Amino acid sequence: MQPIQLQWIDYTVLIAYVAFVIGIGWTLARYMKTSSDFLTSARSIPTWVTGLAFISANLGALELVGMAASGAKYGIATAHFYWVGAIPAMIFLAVFMMPFYYGSKARSVPEYLKMRFDERVRALNSIAFAVMTIFASGISMNALAKLLTNLLPWQFAYNFGGLHLGSYDVYLWICSGVVLLYVLKGGLTSAIYTEVLQFFMIVLGFAPVVYLGLKDVGGWHAMNGSLQTVATDHGFAADAWSSAWKPVLAGPTHNPMGVDIFAMVFGLGFVLSFGYWCTNFLVVQRAMAAKNMTAARNTPLVAAVPKMFFPFLVIVPGMIAAALCTLPDRNYRIPPPIISQADYAKAIDAVKSASPADSEAAVKAVGDALGKKVDAAKIASLVAADAGGKLSDADIRQGIYNSVAENDYDEVILSLVKKYCPPGLLGLALTALLASFMSGMAGNVTAFNTVFTYDLYQAYIAPNKSDNHYFWTGKVITVVGIVLSIFAAYFASMFLNAMDIIQLVFGFVNAPLFATFLLGMFWKRATGTGAFLGLFGGIASSALFHAFTTIPGNLDASSHIVSVAKGGYLHVLQVFPSEMAQNFWLAAFAFTVCFLLTLVISLATPSRKTDADLKGLVYSLTPKIVDNNIPIYQKPAVVGIVLLIVCVILNFIFF
Amino acid sequence: MGLDIRWPIGLMFTLIGLLLTGYGAVVSSDHAISLGININLIWGIILLVFGVLMLLGAITGSKKNPPSA
Repeated sequence: MQPIQLQWIDYTVLIAYVAFVIGIGWTLARYMKTSSDFLTSARSIPTWVTGLAFISANLGALELVGMAASGAKYGIATAHFYWVGAIPAMIFLAVFMMPFYYGSKARSVPEYLKMRFDERVRALNSIAFAVMTIFASGISMNALAKLLTNLLPWQFAYNFGGLHLGSYDVYLWICSGVVLLYVLKGGLTSAIYTEVLQFFMIVLGFAPVVYLGLKDVGGWHAMNGSLQTVATDHGFAADAWSSAWKPVLAGPTHNPMGVDIFAMVFGLGFVLSFGYWCTNFLVVQRAMAAKNMTAARNTPLVAAVPKMFFPFLVIVPGMIAAALCTLPDRNYRIPPPIISQADYAKAIDAVKSASPADSEAAVKAVGDALGKKVDAAKIASLVAADAGGKLSDADIRQGIYNSVAENDYDEVILSLVKKYCPPGLLGLALTALLASFMSGMAGNVTAFNTVFTYDLYQAYIAPNKSDNHYFWTGKVITVVGIVLSIFAAYFASMFLNAMDIIQLVFGFVNAPLFATFLLGMFWKRATGTGAFLGLFGGIASSALFHAFTTIPGNLDASSHIVSVAKGGYLHVLQVFPSEMAQNFWLAAFAFTVCFLLTLVISLATPSRKTDADLKGLVYSLTPKIVDNNIPIYQKPAVVGIVLLIVCVILNFIFF
Repeated sequence: MGLDIRWPIGLMFTLIGLLLTGYGAVVSSDHAISLGININLIWGIILLVFGVLMLLGAITGSKKNPPSA
């Protein structure tokens, strides 16, 4: 990544943002009097605020980066992660599940599980969730510290008695310090407020980039025209990048994602999506902070409106980038992986000393110097153009940059920001990115401190203390959470592969979770033992599924697997066309196992809960909410249906 | 919860809007990078309008529900 020249105006925007988030924390501090104020916002926040925070907690920086990357790799079909993989689940949460979460007076999702089932289910869920939030927040901070190290001109190198502190460390600690400052002062309310601020920063910071990018590729239709070239170049039908459904319906070999329709609809659209949106406390916590039941139920619905249109903000940039690559005069490429200056210098020497007659040797020499695949034709023409010293070093460097045949799709969004933003707007877009990284940490830490304080500390370590005790515990745990996140960030920076495996394991833990909630909320006969063993069985089945399946790229010439992280290490029973397809099928399988196990074991074990115990926790035993006294446009069922219709229309437009 | 969030949102975007508008109006450059558009000026005005609307919302809100504390 080349450093960006930032002007004073960019720094001013950045500093203004940081000053405002800290200011919000300080202003809120005087309202923080009880543990409930600090950890659950005392259920007092208006709907539009919880709604935007709900969506913002999900729209982390990694999502921004990842969605732009997928937009470039897969085209408009990436929108399925929104239209199939989010909207239906958000509406289901609002209409059917929020009444139990909010009505049960549970303070967290694990606490609901304890009320509905028993302590074992709560312990399993809360421990897994607590560890997961710490790693998620660490991954986010690691990415932010790396970004700042590459972006900002100030480089640090301190030495305290043998302890080396570099730029990465300084930026990591400063950013974590800012998050600590405002979360510690204002608790969950601080996190929610800054998430809303971040929401507007992202929308208003990236909209001009999308506008300029679309204008540059000649508008929407011209972009789709260019994407047809991209699709045919990759050996797909012309509409593979510009249609959302047709390539998926045509089968896994006809779309760049390599997924089939069942995996897409059942695996992503049902299991993964409902499992995330309806059970993940990070997002559900925002709805639980709402001021009343109607507000709580409308929170995911308010969130669904921007969510539905986010593809145009976060996926379209990737499509613009892919389209730009087909227009030679725009002089754009998807950035190659980061290559050190030293390697570039070696490659430049290789080009200079190469003879135009033997381009094959030159290609090999440059490829060896960079340690990357290079485009042979481009290197050959570069060597020919240089012809013994006609080009300057800078020109050769640019030529080498353009000839690297590997793409780092995660750099797409930043490369577009750099390409189109003048000073001023650049500051705004970068601040939006920084804001979403920091709120990613704040969101995870505020979910962590609530679960830790209420579901682990109060439940198992120190029950029956005064509220003031838990209030202070919450604060201490916030500090602990931030420190643990910093360690997780270091861990991520040092052991990137280990981090992949950890995330894989969390995938195993989460895949079956929705089956437990579904049976718990809608079938009163589901028992604690059934739920606990069903969950364990589901987790084990996803690990086994992974051990017996793999993807084509993971098999070498003699059909041995290359990487354990990509599965198939026990035996290869099934080869999926892509990692995404493997994931979706894994989720579908784990869900089914968990569902059946919970069902069978529940029937075989006695239920310890009476109907009275389960009132407010199970659908059939909870009085239906009568929405008569609220206006029709606030009725969750009505709003939900309208949103669903709009979502279906969107799918047809981009069919 | 005590603080109406429209205040900080309104204040911040009014400030950033003013900064970008001023920068776009005063600093002369050829705007080649942003396809010949003075995007700072245009986008600054949009941010400013958004910020002022938020502030207006906060002012009306505080008149309707005077803070109890």
